[in-house]
Amino acid sequence: MADTALATAPETETAVEMIGVNKWFGEFHVLRDVNLSVKRGERIVICGPSGSGKSTTIRCINRLEEHQKGKIIVDGIELTNDLKRIDEVRREVGMVFQHFNLFPHLTILENCTLAPIWVRKMPKKEAEEVAMHFLTRVKIPEQAHKYPGQLSGGQQQRVAIARSLCMRPKIMLFDEPTSALDPEMVKEVLDTMVGLAEEGMTMICVTHEMGFARQVANRVIFMDQGQIVEQNEPVEFFSNPKHERTKLFLGQILH
Amino acid sequence: MSRIETDTVFVRRDFLEPEAPPPSLGGIPGWVRKNLFSSPFNIAISLSMLLLLAWALPPLIRWLFIDAVWTGTNREACLPKNGETVGACWAFVNAKLAQFTFGSYPADQRWRPSLVMIVFFVGLAWVAIPRMPWRRQAVWLMLTAFPVATFWLLYGGLGLPIVETSNWGGLLVTLVVAITGIVASLPLGILLALGRRSKLPFIKIVSVVFIEVWRGVPLITVLFMASVMLPLFLPTGVNFDKLLRALIGVALFTGAYMAETIRGGLQAIPKGQFEGAASLGLGYWQSMRLIILPQALKIVIPGIVNSFISLFKDTSLVMIIGLYDLLGSIQRNFSDANWSTPSIAPTGLIFAAAVFWVFCFSMSRYSMYMERKLNTGRKR
Ligand SMILES: Nc1ncnc2c1ncn2[C@@H]1O[C@H](COP(=O)(O)OP(=O)(O)OP(=O)(O)O)[C@@H](O)[C@H]1O
Ligand SMILES: [Mg+2]
Repeated sequence: MADTALATAPETETAVEMIGVNKWFGEFHVLRDVNLSVKRGERIVICGPSGSGKSTTIRCINRLEEHQKGKIIVDGIELTNDLKRIDEVRREVGMVFQHFNLFPHLTILENCTLAPIWVRKMPKKEAEEVAMHFLTRVKIPEQAHKYPGQLSGGQQQRVAIARSLCMRPKIMLFDEPTSALDPEMVKEVLDTMVGLAEEGMTMICVTHEMGFARQVANRVIFMDQGQIVEQNEPVEFFSNPKHERTKLFLGQILH
Repeated sequence: MSRIETDTVFVRRDFLEPEAPPPSLGGIPGWVRKNLFSSPFNIAISLSMLLLLAWALPPLIRWLFIDAVWTGTNREACLPKNGETVGACWAFVNAKLAQFTFGSYPADQRWRPSLVMIVFFVGLAWVAIPRMPWRRQAVWLMLTAFPVATFWLLYGGLGLPIVETSNWGGLLVTLVVAITGIVASLPLGILLALGRRSKLPFIKIVSVVFIEVWRGVPLITVLFMASVMLPLFLPTGVNFDKLLRALIGVALFTGAYMAETIRGGLQAIPKGQFEGAASLGLGYWQSMRLIILPQALKIVIPGIVNSFISLFKDTSLVMIIGLYDLLGSIQRNFSDANWSTPSIAPTGLIFAAAVFWVFCFSMSRYSMYMERKLNTGRKR
């Protein structure tokens, strides 16, 4: 079932292409000439100090933020002001947020079926089957009829992942999915993400979970002051960082 | 000294079993002691309140019930005879009940508004009680077929004799104005609130201007302008029904207030909800309808019902353009020579107050019930 969506769209080798992307918040230059190319099935981890523009970078990919200069092409579609294209891109790109952003007035099941029903026009029954499939995969099918407020943080984040997966996205974005969680819940969410990675999902994750980066990333990107400072495959990145800033940053977070 | 040092190391050997909570101050005596007589200050307040009630209640009850006149056909019944005191003149209310309810709607046609009211209250109960079967269909009927049928029944045509709106009155006018206002102002308020937050400058400006103009003008002025000024701008010969003008004025006025109430709710929704909806590919209207508005409206239920209640009571202002709502019809009858006695005015006003109170209090209770029912977000 997962493959049907992939088969219909014209396939391009690159999932996400950012070329010379610049962005300003008012006077503040947040993104400075960001170049990033992500191949299909690739798993990227972005790290960097607070305020370095990691969130802004991935939020540009599904147009939650608008870039002012440069080019962003997602799944073969260039992001412009054309609302139709933006919606097209958002349909194919799932996003998981730091604070889950579940809809508190809907049950877990309704959270998961809402977009398939209204955006993909899927019949309700089928949407519910798909939702239960993914809820089972994130190991909480028994919570389907509860409300988000009744779940633990780790469970909520897994629901958020399931909710995105129900749209059968081609690309998944994660913005610090574990940093609002208590330590004992981090693992359950990371395990879910590792599972996704093993199935070949294209993933771009902002995270400081270096164990996760070592285990699944094809490439680790270090950002500072709105720029990509260094990128490398994980073993080399962690054992032999080249840039001074990277060394400093890794020294701080790896103790 | 040495004791303290040994105390810093502690390993629990046996776990404590859970115990029942201490017996609380249960029942009515417990409640009274805890809430009314818990401190000298509270005791003083409670006692003075009791004294106040003891002083005010008996004469009120005497006037309302014991000395009241319940039957009679004219003013004779309510006049003090051989030195007795006379209380409320319920005979007056009784005799005029049809007028208070329908105004000067022709007597042989009053089955029409009666039918409308019965259908309305049954339909309302149907829609309001969550467990009813076919509730969704009932909502649609109430929003589509019911208004059309109501218009036909009340106004006439297609075989029914026409009853001009100038003959409508009493509770009928109160309900027509209030319910039209309520039903029209909610969607209008939602659109204006969304418009005011729109990124499109034109829509934003139109919404802001509309809201600020209508909110800045008193309802009395709106009604006056609707009845005095509007005809000046209409071509001669075009007659625009007075009740319809009042309805439009009240709906737009309440809509402007509603817009600001709802905007308050929209602002309380965290940005993450908008982003969560957008990231799933939901369009603007979809995310508003499915995600944002259900949450925002729930937050502002108290404010919305507040507007409804104040609208319900403000319907009496239609008096100044020559329409008679419940209060207007009652007041109009004070000058009826057949009934004129000192007690009919207070009796009539208390009756009006009681009817308004029943409606407004019901709305208030229902909104509290809905709030509790919709409170899914925080229940754990
Ligand atoms: N909507 C906004 N308006 C103005 N400034 C913003 C806005 N969003 C982010 N910024 C600023 O842009 C910079 C980059 O923000 P961003 O959220 O991308 O950082 P980050 O790398 O994700 O940091 P963190 O690790 O704290 O999440 C920060 O200095 C932030 O203050
Ligand atoms: Mg961030």
